[in-house]
This record gives sequence, C-alpha cells and structure tokens, in this order.
Amino acid sequence: MGDNGRSTGTFRVKAGLAEMLKGGVIMDVVTPEHARIAEDSGAAAVMALERVPSDIRADGGVARMSDPTMIEGIKEAVTIPVMAKARIGHFVEAQVLEALEVDYVDESEVLTPADEANHIDKWRFKVPFVCGATNLGEALRRIAEGAAMIRTKGEAGTGNVVEAVRHMRAIQGEIRRLGSLDESELATAAKELQAPLDLVRDVAERGRLPVVNFSAGGLATPADAALMMQLGAEGVFVGSGIFKSETPAVRAAAIVEATTHFDDPERVARASRGLGAAMAGLEIGALEAPGGGGLMQHRGW
Amino acid sequence: MTVVGVLALQGDFEAHACVLERLGAQARVVRERADLAGIDALVIPGGESTTMTLGIKREGLAEPLRDLVGAGTPVLGTCAGLIMLDRDHLDVLDVRARRNAFGRQVASFEEELDLPLGEASAGAEPVRAVFIRAPWVEEHGEGIDVLASVDGHPVAVRQGDILAVAFHPEITGEDRLHRWLIDRANARRPEGETGFAREAA
Repeated sequence: MGDNGRSTGTFRVKAGLAEMLKGGVIMDVVTPEHARIAEDSGAAAVMALERVPSDIRADGGVARMSDPTMIEGIKEAVTIPVMAKARIGHFVEAQVLEALEVDYVDESEVLTPADEANHIDKWRFKVPFVCGATNLGEALRRIAEGAAMIRTKGEAGTGNVVEAVRHMRAIQGEIRRLGSLDESELATAAKELQAPLDLVRDVAERGRLPVVNFSAGGLATPADAALMMQLGAEGVFVGSGIFKSETPAVRAAAIVEATTHFDDPERVARASRGLGAAMAGLEIGALEAPGGGGLMQHRGW
Repeated sequence: MTVVGVLALQGDFEAHACVLERLGAQARVVRERADLAGIDALVIPGGESTTMTLGIKREGLAEPLRDLVGAGTPVLGTCAGLIMLDRDHLDVLDVRARRNAFGRQVASFEEELDLPLGEASAGAEPVRAVFIRAPWVEEHGEGIDVLASVDGHPVAVRQGDILAVAFHPEITGEDRLHRWLIDRANARRPEGETGFAREAA
C-alpha cells in the first residue's frame, strides 16, 4: 500500500483481467507471426507456447514451459494480453513466467506435471493464474489455491469437443444442484466435492463460479465455440484448432464472430461458411497422453 | 424505463448490465446496428480494444455509434471504452488515449480516487478505482474536463455528456458513474418518454 491505498496483485485485479477477456477467444500461438495473425483476427489474448497440443501429443516426451526468448518475441509482436503455460506444481516455471511479465499463467495439464501431489500456491504470485477443471470440486480447489480464472479441461490437441462439453455440463449441473440444497446439505456437498465450504456456499448463493469460466480443449469450429458459449462458457480457448487448420486467419476470425454471436444461429452459419478443412481430429477412445498414463485431463486433481 | 445500450462485442458488458439493472434501468445488449434503435444512453465496456475495434468494423457499427453520440446521447466508456471513444477510434471524444500506459498485468492496481461528478458525488466517498492494463489520456483538447488523474496522467475525463474513465467502476460495486449516465439520459428527454415507450409505440 502506498499513497491513496494503491495496491497491485490483488485478487480483484487478477480476476478482473479475466472479466475483460469475457466473450473473447484466446488462441494458442507458437511464433510472433502466428500471434499477429491471431491479434488481427480479433483474439482477446494469445497463449504463447513452443508446440500446439496436437504436436505435443504426437511428439511425446516431457513437455515443459516455453523458452523465454520465444515468449518475449510474442510479447513484442502484439499488444493484447499474452499468457503462457507452466507445468502443474512447477512453481519455479511460474516464477520465471511472472519475471517475464506474462499477463496470465496457465497451470496446464497439456504440459507434463512436475508434482503429482500439489498444485502451485497461486496466492504467492502477482501474476494471475488460469487452471483447468473437469468438475465443480476441481474448479473450487483451484480457486481455493488462488486461481483467478477457470477453464474446462477438454482433451487438448484432439479437435474433438466432447470432453469440453462433458466438463462444462458437469460444472453447470453441479452449480444448479447446489442452488437447491439447504445449509446442512451444503456442508455434505462440500465434503463430497472436496472443496472449501465457504466457496460452496458462495456458488450456491450466486449460481455461478466466483471467477470467470472459459471453455478449452478440442474446439475446432465456429459451431464448437458457440456450443460451449450456449452451455455456459464465458469465452473460449482455441489451441491446435486454428493453426492446424487449412486457413488459420479466416478460421480464427470466424470463431471470434461465432463466439460474439453464439446465440444467433444465422450469424454462426455465416461464420461457418468457406473455412476449408478443419484440423483432422482424434477419437477420444483411442488416446493415450504422451508418455502413457491416460488422457491429459486426468493430470491434476 | 431508461434504456441503456451496452456494447457487447467482447469484454465485461455483463458487469455493466448488472449495475444498470440494479439502478432500475433496462440494459440492452448491443451487437448489431439494429440493437441501437431507441436507446437513451450508451455504455462502452472494458475489454480488449483491438478485439472491440475489429468487432465494430465487422458489424459496421462505427458510423451509427458516431451518429448516436453526435446526436447527444449520453455515453459512459470504461478502459477499452475510453480508447474506443478517442481521436484514433470513433473520434467523438477530443483525447488521445495511450493503451496499456501503466504497463502489463503485473502492474495492474487499485487505489482510491476522488471523482467530482456533480450531484451524484456531492460530499461522497472516493471511488475504489481498479486499473487493469489500463490506458491514460496522453493529450486532450480544451473542451475536456479532467476529473481525476493518477501520477499526473488524466484517467477520468468529461466532454459534455460523454464520461470516459481508464478504470473499472463496474467490477467494484461502484454505481455513481452509472447513476450519472442515467441522470443525463433522463435530463435530455421530455418527462415520461423513454426508449422503451418509443419502441412500444
């Protein structure tokens, strides 16, 4: 605190940036050129990483935080917020990303986890964090650890939206259910959700998460984005879906348009025309996470 | 009822709509030209200014928005909304905004700010102002009232019935700026006539 009670890194300032991203599309980019295409197509932010999830999946091996030089190149290329990924539990990667002044850190299951018991203590940072969640309990545990934004944990790099739908329906359904419970039932629900009771009460009262909730993982088309928005997402992340498609700039702009006009089928139809081939996509049943161990979404807890 | 259009191409338009509805106004989501018909006032919310600029272009909204403001419709712009109103964008507010002027997200901050807004703030508490990757006013014309500054840079300006601020009153429970907007809208039309009534007629 200084003059006029100035403070930085407050939760309100962290969660506030996510508020400003609402209704927007956050795009995975691997080069400054991609970042400029994303910005010129209307992205609300970019996620800087060395390989898009579909390549991480194909290449196998350990996936880590990106090279700082690459992140800095992307920061210089655009004026919109730049996010970057740290491994689950790897608080030093997060410290590095904070030192690089990225605008948001994604503690991400797309990278290989660094700690199988603990997520990062996100309260210790001035930079805000976004974390993935497959259900309400997981979302509330991340918020309790200091996450200022939540996203679904759809299976990254597949171009298959089915898991993102499952997670968003699970979260929204559980929120609706909490609204029908009395105080003693909420205590039981908190135990079942393995989440703090005060957060469970807050969700029951407000009928929504205390932070912004985006959708991520497997989105590849304008209709996918509009689907997630109609299911209750407040914005979307698109990873491999843009730069693994035939016409990235056109598809990126079309997904932005469909995210804004998600409840207007004529506008989603217009945005869906003439985009060329989407990324090929994968069936979830046939998948293993790189290095084995099941799906990426089962990383973290 | 006073109808306030809230530009909803991207950003925190829902937070603005909540404040307006709490104050008894009707918040109208604006995504296309047709949504502007019959509104009494306009809010341009926070969000990403490049995304909003491209959205305004895609929807052909620049000209109708300029006409609306030119006709005297009261406007409140916050953060990206201030940028949209400046000389380099819609060019209805005689200022040049500097984007991300306070730095990146780790430099985002909140502090107390005195904001003289006439009757709505007489003898009032300071505003808890939240600045997120915020702009400031780099230069401005003579017709601009600077209402508040931070570190010597204007962050709240008024030009007639246009009020533009670099911070986010909509996410702190602050409602004096929205009350000012609704008061200005009500002051400029005959008693009892509202956008709602005009539309119903």
